[in-house]
Amino acid sequence: MKTLDKKTNYILSAVFAGLVVAILVFMDSDRAAYSYPLAILQRSAIYAVVAVAMNLLTGFTGLFSLGQAGFMAIGAYTVAILTIPVAQRPAVYYINGIAEPLAEASAPLWAALILGGLLAAFMGFLIGYPVLRLKSDYLAIATLGFSEIIRAFIAAPMLDKVTNGSYGLKSIPGFPSTLMVFLVAALCIFLMILVIRSSYGRAFKAIREDEIAAESMGINLFKHKQMAFVISCFFTGISGGMLAVFMRSIDSKTFQIGLTYDILLIVVLGGIGSITGSILGSFLMTAGREWLRFFDDPLVIGGFSVPLFRSGFRMVIFSLILMTVVLYYRKGLLGNREFSWNGIYAFLQRLVQKGKHKKGGKEAKSHD
Amino acid sequence: MTDTVLKLNDVTMQFGGVVAVNNLSMHVDRGEIVAIIGPNGAGKTTAFNVITGVYAPTNGSVEFCGKTVISNCPQGKMRKLYAGENIGSYDQIVRKTPDRITKLGIARTFQNIRLFKSLTVFENVLIARHMNIRANLFAAAFMLNRQEDQKMRRETDELLNILDLYDVRDEISSSLPYGKQRRLEIARALATEPSLLLLDEPAAGMNPQETNELTGFIHRLKEEFHLTVLMIEHHMNLVMEISDRIYVLDFGKLIAAGTPEKIQNDQRVIDAYLGVAEDEQ
Repeated sequence: MKTLDKKTNYILSAVFAGLVVAILVFMDSDRAAYSYPLAILQRSAIYAVVAVAMNLLTGFTGLFSLGQAGFMAIGAYTVAILTIPVAQRPAVYYINGIAEPLAEASAPLWAALILGGLLAAFMGFLIGYPVLRLKSDYLAIATLGFSEIIRAFIAAPMLDKVTNGSYGLKSIPGFPSTLMVFLVAALCIFLMILVIRSSYGRAFKAIREDEIAAESMGINLFKHKQMAFVISCFFTGISGGMLAVFMRSIDSKTFQIGLTYDILLIVVLGGIGSITGSILGSFLMTAGREWLRFFDDPLVIGGFSVPLFRSGFRMVIFSLILMTVVLYYRKGLLGNREFSWNGIYAFLQRLVQKGKHKKGGKEAKSHD
Repeated sequence: MTDTVLKLNDVTMQFGGVVAVNNLSMHVDRGEIVAIIGPNGAGKTTAFNVITGVYAPTNGSVEFCGKTVISNCPQGKMRKLYAGENIGSYDQIVRKTPDRITKLGIARTFQNIRLFKSLTVFENVLIARHMNIRANLFAAAFMLNRQEDQKMRRETDELLNILDLYDVRDEISSSLPYGKQRRLEIARALATEPSLLLLDEPAAGMNPQETNELTGFIHRLKEEFHLTVLMIEHHMNLVMEISDRIYVLDFGKLIAAGTPEKIQNDQRVIDAYLGVAEDEQ
């Protein structure tokens, strides 16, 4: 099979990136008209970051963690508290008042995002000590529990002056442009790719493949698991912060278990162990839910109102589609492979050959 | 004066009420090839797991190059349950995790091959080189350790060349034929630069010809990498041909030790393998 050379690969990637930027800039220029697709794109990009972060743990280190929502909450609240304009804070905290040191504390968006990531990473570091000694399902349950504990803490009345308790935080300034969301997301994913491709990334993969063999190759299991967990938490925290900026108002209910399951779904759909799969998955998942909205509206054909078409029906269809995907693509859309232009090229070639084959077969028959 | 590389002192490994290894004392000198044999369930692999730090022994100690690397005595519940001997002689507690043991210079292969299955042959060996990495995570991620990284790759290629695995360098390790998988496991162990190599049934599943070749292969490795070899093996021809000394285990206990000739004529060994007739007992 013919493959594309390096230069063509670069050109195709550059063209694709240019196209994305052009589309985003174009849509950004008329925000009112494109607010709906822009919102979908932004949410997808943010989910892509946390999905890749989860994949770093689940797909590359073999640690099944379900604590994403909790770490996102840490990032989100950090960013929210630091970026709400000081002038608007009394209005946001109008019931409980705001804790003294926080009233004046503010930071630019990028600093707040990094700080959110660092806090989430630090939390991951602490939680890692007890939970990373557990394996597979037990680890999942323990991280799930910790995630809920974090959420409960945020909603606790004792922290009302910091997190505004059940009233949540509002008036978070949004992103100046969609392009920026994409750039931040791309940077985060790029950094994670660098980690995965380094020697440490290889050690993570060794742990995924066989813990006992990895350990007997001189890889300190706990240290490397801790490392993967902290890195994953850092980027999960950043994506949580981005989500807060995107949604512009958050409360502790945003970060329930459901959010973790959404991310898990993206990772499984895209392929465990595939970075591009996770990115593709997050766009398909987020957009898919919206595309299916017409199932929620009543459908009338020739005076006959089709049953089942009512609000909530799209989730049934969505689940059916997911089940189909999982049944036929058992390893997710991309499995553990990565998207590449070569892959697309090979796929097209096969299609063409198949077509030729069919034609050839028909012709041969007609000769008889 | 002989130079002892590995020394086991009264090692006992007890799981609940089962004594898997009972009061095992043995030693391996530098440059030797020593074999442990014994019927199934004699505790050979358990002894390996104790040496490499996978299990902490219930009682006893392990010395490597004159230093105590593992030492333990019955604790907690085990104090009541303990059925072994020499209780109280080892009150010092030293426990090292398998990765620390590997760093000291003990490498091993596994009875049931444990390769990193979905990774390539090259990556399998390269991962074993990770243990000596000096660059931290950031330097490694941002490729600031290019020299070190290239050195790791070069050494990996050299090792693959020596072990005749270079032609399958980029193949997924689980797609290799069985014999090559075994050889890759040895290559991976050698990449950790050990002075003592533990081979757990290196000839398991090999055909007679491959088994014959293995003798020369192990000798070659021993010379080339200045190794001391401790192996578990069931192929008696191979064991008798290759070993300088043999230890025989049965039900966790050492029943004989010595040169191959001596072991072949030892009545207790013959009894352990063939069983003792009723009327002789």
